[in-house]
Amino acid sequence: MATVPMTLLTIVAEEVLEQRLVRALHDAGIAGYTVTPARGEGARGLRHGANGANIRLETITTTEAADGLLDHLRAHYFANYAIVAWLSDVRVAREEKYQPEHR
Amino acid sequence: MLARARRRHPITFRSVHALDIFDLARVNLTSPAVLAFVLGALSVAIRSDLRLPEAVYQFLSIYLLFAVGLKGGVALSAASPGEVLGPAFAAIMLSAAIPLAAYPTVRLLGRLRIQDAASIAAHYGSVSVVTYTAAAAYLARIGEPVEAFLPALLALMEMPGIIVALVIAQWRLGTSSGLGEAVRETMTGRSVVLLGGGLIIGLLAGTDGVGPVRPLFVDLFAGVLVLFLLDLGISAAQRARDVLRGGRFLVAFGITAPLVFGTVGAFTGTLVGLSPGGATVLATLSASASYIAAPAAVRIALPEANPGLSLAAALAITFPFNLVVGIPVYHQVAQWLHRLPFLAG
Repeated sequence: MATVPMTLLTIVAEEVLEQRLVRALHDAGIAGYTVTPARGEGARGLRHGANGANIRLETITTTEAADGLLDHLRAHYFANYAIVAWLSDVRVAREEKYQPEHR
Repeated sequence: MLARARRRHPITFRSVHALDIFDLARVNLTSPAVLAFVLGALSVAIRSDLRLPEAVYQFLSIYLLFAVGLKGGVALSAASPGEVLGPAFAAIMLSAAIPLAAYPTVRLLGRLRIQDAASIAAHYGSVSVVTYTAAAAYLARIGEPVEAFLPALLALMEMPGIIVALVIAQWRLGTSSGLGEAVRETMTGRSVVLLGGGLIIGLLAGTDGVGPVRPLFVDLFAGVLVLFLLDLGISAAQRARDVLRGGRFLVAFGITAPLVFGTVGAFTGTLVGLSPGGATVLATLSASASYIAAPAAVRIALPEANPGLSLAAALAITFPFNLVVGIPVYHQVAQWLHRLPFLAG
């Protein structure tokens, strides 16, 4: 099966942001994503239980849409929240599945 | 049942001799719940690999919130509106008033930023479900009767303090963003939905309806609480570094605030006609600081506030203080206030 290059956006952030991050994805026209619970340690300390949990949110989209989302994170969340995000190159089949809908 | 509990614990409850206080302290310190909290904290100190999975923590907190709501709802279905109204009004007023006292104290004495002072005020204005259940368990152990509708007061005290603290922050910061979202976040957050929802379900189902689920939500409750406290001990110990960073003021506030708010709560409870046990619970609610509802709301409304500070104060200082020292003290204070003729008619 032929594969084409796409961009994987991965965000690890405090759980309290989940609904807002999902809203940002929807606003960018992205319909699909995966959320998994995550734990670990970072600049804002250990995150577990009553100290607040993390989520790992992943979505595959175009580089432009992923860049736009990173800008959104920079504008709203990077300064004050426990959050890291990165882009990686991936290859996918069925590329039409990952095209953002323009609204 | 109460009479039987009293016979089993040969302690005099109507006097405040020094011996009684030590006996009561022993009863409190040797409860499995308190010891599990200590074990959790110790496990962090010795770098044990003990840790409850995140999903288990979530499950335990859901269970506790729902079970407390359910029990309160059943009790409410049997209570007359007249007896609940006064204490309910007092509970809302207390929750709203606490941030008004906490904010200037933290801001002026602690010299913390507006965001941090308001965040701490929100945590102390709201309540801790586990501290409430620990107080209820303590009173049950020593055979002190309480009003059955007290979980309704707990539910009423979740929100007002958070809202007042966030309004103070907006006023001082001159901004107007985030409050609506934070209120919505708190209203739809799991603690209000589960406590409030449990109350309504208990109210509708009544004693008979809840009968079949009693084994899960009533009989197992004390055991589940022990597991939850084990995990809270871990979380609290992980905050130790933040306590050190917060400095002497944070420690002093984390101990003084519950004593002051607890005494005010005991006074108010006695004034509105609660029993010594009921006044002890209202005192404990006033003295407790939230670590479920408040952190989530504050993260949304005051992102610049350092969550480490308020969680360290609420979870690593005030919570263990209330658990070990506070609850028995509020009980003594409530009993003492009850003997004042002009307070309790």
